[in-house]
Amino acid sequence: MDEQKILRISFFPHIRDKASTSRIMLDVIIALLPATAFGVYNFGWRALLLILICVAACVLSELLWDLGMKKRVTLRDLSAVVTGLILALNLPPTLDWWIAVIGSVFAIVVVKMLFGGLGQNFMNPAVAAKCFLLISFAGRMNAFVFQNVISATPMEVLKAGGNVDLLQMFLGNTSGAIGETSALALLIGAVYLFIRRIIDFRIPLFYILAFAVYISIYSIFTRGGIDGSFLAAHLLSGGLLMGAFYMATDYVTSPVSPAGRIIYGAVLGVLTCTFRLFGSATGSVAYAIIIGNLLAPLIEKITRQRSFGKGAHLR
Amino acid sequence: MQKKDTIFTRLYHGILVENPTAVLCLGLCPTLAVTTTAKNGLAMGIVTGIVLVLSEFFISLLKRVIPKKDRMIIYVLISACFTTIIQLVLNAYYPDISESLGVFVSLTAVNGVIFGRADNYAMQNNPGLALFDGIGFGIGYTLIITILGAVREILGIGTIFGIRVIPDGYTLSIAALAPGAFFLLACIIAVAQKIKGGRSA
Repeated sequence: MDEQKILRISFFPHIRDKASTSRIMLDVIIALLPATAFGVYNFGWRALLLILICVAACVLSELLWDLGMKKRVTLRDLSAVVTGLILALNLPPTLDWWIAVIGSVFAIVVVKMLFGGLGQNFMNPAVAAKCFLLISFAGRMNAFVFQNVISATPMEVLKAGGNVDLLQMFLGNTSGAIGETSALALLIGAVYLFIRRIIDFRIPLFYILAFAVYISIYSIFTRGGIDGSFLAAHLLSGGLLMGAFYMATDYVTSPVSPAGRIIYGAVLGVLTCTFRLFGSATGSVAYAIIIGNLLAPLIEKITRQRSFGKGAHLR
Repeated sequence: MQKKDTIFTRLYHGILVENPTAVLCLGLCPTLAVTTTAKNGLAMGIVTGIVLVLSEFFISLLKRVIPKKDRMIIYVLISACFTTIIQLVLNAYYPDISESLGVFVSLTAVNGVIFGRADNYAMQNNPGLALFDGIGFGIGYTLIITILGAVREILGIGTIFGIRVIPDGYTLSIAALAPGAFFLLACIIAVAQKIKGGRSA
């Protein structure tokens, strides 16, 4: 009976929580459901098919990689599903299926698995895949069909100096990528993420704040004052909300320290706005986020908390 | 003591065991920059190969008179000589290739493969072996750079040596751009390491 009395000794941390990777990923999927559902409603069955293809391609390529490399199958953490879903929501609804498959395989195999799987990837796989597709298939990635006509996204209209309908943009009845049109659906999901404490408010807040400040300064110089509707139109368009709440907040590729998250969010806001105002209309959020991902380790380094009493003399 | 060098070990080392691009990772700048098509890759490989063979041979001949301290400048002088000759020949007989390779033909004079081989091999060995060392490494370099060019051309433009294999509109244009060059070179290095296996340099 003596063996029974041996106490279990484990290494720290001793505080236990129910949080697990798969639970967090499940929460992200739940949070994306309103945007997904709205995308399917807005763009029809082709959008649903594209979403399913992306998710299936991501899951399958992770499974095949794990099996092929004789590694533990890591599908249970659901991260491949999240990658597929986020990638699909960033694609134009009428994109050819094989392009979506190429993007998914690139996301999982090249960006994630080659670097060692979830937690080792230095870029958000879905965002990197979106940039990959944007560079590779510029024409097809920018052909947005809405209600059976190729129509400009609000972002493109805005860039061309046209007028946009703010209410429709908020609700999402516009042209654009599958998941990015409805600000309302994205915000509902974001509220869920905040309630479940999945994401930290700092990254999205400072992302959007830096973006808004930049736009305001820009409009002071170019439009002779802060223009509320111009600002709102920019905030609601081009997948900014999608990027701020779901893509920039990826655990693996964003800094962990609170100060680092503030800097990271602000950097993303400034980059997105620069690309959007002075570059091409599409993909500014995605490009900003992958550059931010690359800066994350540096941001982490300069905002690292120093242990008490250590290293103080170095300054 | 190493195994005795022969012509064949030189070729074998140059092409496989110490492949300049895939194993030693030398001369990557032209490798990444000019390999947008298989033809460019092949041309660049041949240019570098010829300069490499001639430079190694002459450096090996001159190894007793080259001062140790100032050897780098001598290498540059020798390789720049041959590069100039090649460049003039290209300009005269193959103006289209010369145009598509651009500045990288002249930059062959400072290609890392040439310095690496000159310093590590030609300076210690006789001219005959140095000649075959140059041929081996030249073939190794040409091989990889042509493969990279071919893969990028097939994926990015949909042709191989100008012959269409993938219909227009189904190509992956990132392969023809700089990021694609990095991805694909990394893939080639990975494959080469796999083929090379445990064989050490």
